[in-house]
Amino acid sequence: MAGHQTYEEQKALVFRGLLLLGAITIVEVVVALLAKGHLVHGIRFTEGFGHYLYMLLMIGFSLYKAYFIIFYFMHMAYEVRGMMLSVLLPTTLLIWAIIAFFQEGSSWGARRELIREKNEEVVKPKTGQPQGYLLPAAEWPRKG
Amino acid sequence: MADTSVAHAHDTHAHDHQEDGINWEGGEKVPFKASYGKLMMWYFLLSDAFTFAGFLIAYGALRFSTPTWPEADFVFASFPFVNAHWPLIFVTFMTFVLIFSSVTMVRAVQEGHRENQRGVVFWMFLTILGGATFLGSQAYEWTTLIAKEHMTVSVNPFGRHTADGVYLNADGSEAKNEDGTPKAFAKGDNYLLHKHNGEFDIPKLKYTSGQHAGQVKDATFGPKAFGALFFFITGFHGFHVFSGVLFLTIIMINAASGLYAARRNGYEMVEKIGLYWHFVDLVWVFVFLVFYLL
Repeated sequence: MAGHQTYEEQKALVFRGLLLLGAITIVEVVVALLAKGHLVHGIRFTEGFGHYLYMLLMIGFSLYKAYFIIFYFMHMAYEVRGMMLSVLLPTTLLIWAIIAFFQEGSSWGARRELIREKNEEVVKPKTGQPQGYLLPAAEWPRKG
Repeated sequence: MADTSVAHAHDTHAHDHQEDGINWEGGEKVPFKASYGKLMMWYFLLSDAFTFAGFLIAYGALRFSTPTWPEADFVFASFPFVNAHWPLIFVTFMTFVLIFSSVTMVRAVQEGHRENQRGVVFWMFLTILGGATFLGSQAYEWTTLIAKEHMTVSVNPFGRHTADGVYLNADGSEAKNEDGTPKAFAKGDNYLLHKHNGEFDIPKLKYTSGQHAGQVKDATFGPKAFGALFFFITGFHGFHVFSGVLFLTIIMINAASGLYAARRNGYEMVEKIGLYWHFVDLVWVFVFLVFYLL
């Protein structure tokens, strides 16, 4: 692959990739266990600011792993720029998908109680009299 | 790669169109300087990425829509041959298996570019072993969840308490731990409903906080969507791994038979299945993030 690299350089890149991906995975799991309160008694980041920071860190690590796999293992770094863009640009559509569907999910979650009440609600007519009226077909109002 | 394949296109074009590894019709100019097969593999992977993204975004949306959600470090804590609670350790092992098999795949592709048939077959064989190990691990994980913990696509026995409280005995008295203290739980604690003689054993609880404080309730199942999403998403990924192993095996046999050596295109078929295999690893990065880390 990639004409400008020697065979030795390529092998070194593979080894570096193995170390890098392995190290990031270990860091991820250690941080996850720490944040969920399994490593140090009394320390956990499952709520509030610490939790957001934790999630941001995990997403960052994963995106970096994805970048490394795509650009170096799948050799996107050595492809023509137009090809790289034609594959990577469409994925930015997912940003909106994430915003829209997470908003939808949260809104559904916030209204669960209301949705349940509305589902169980029994609607009764206000009086015993019919609401509105029906005319026999012959008496329907006609235009003109 | 781009440079070498174009060079091959020139020297093979004259005598055998089928074996030039490019297969674009209509002239010398090649879009993006990439072969037809490789480019189409990329676009297939792009479409597949959208499928997986759709699944994972659905996971997020359903998780946000539900008041409680089981915690991964409670649900995924079993390990083969060890009767212990080791949160996330087994999936970390599975992640490493996939990383290793990705690395051996890169080596196979590199040996292919050097036209080293023995190297290609050797590294592809290790890649297949990695894929098979991953599938076996997933089979263990699924078996534990289905046979031992009784999770299905529509029943999820993993729940979390929505308020503080204590467990009650069948006769309505407060349940005690072995040391005599009340068997209490706190808001956010995870629990697993167990089966007893084929029926779920649903304990009674008395809440001491929250909107139901003072009331006695049955423990409830966890959100159904959790089980459905877990089996569908890891199942879809596992299906990709499974078909990847099949294709890797076919291509390894072809490589060993000398088929690709005869094509003299730098084992492009190995490179294409390599792209697919790395993609499977790439998807696992996000499945791992969404299901096990967040």
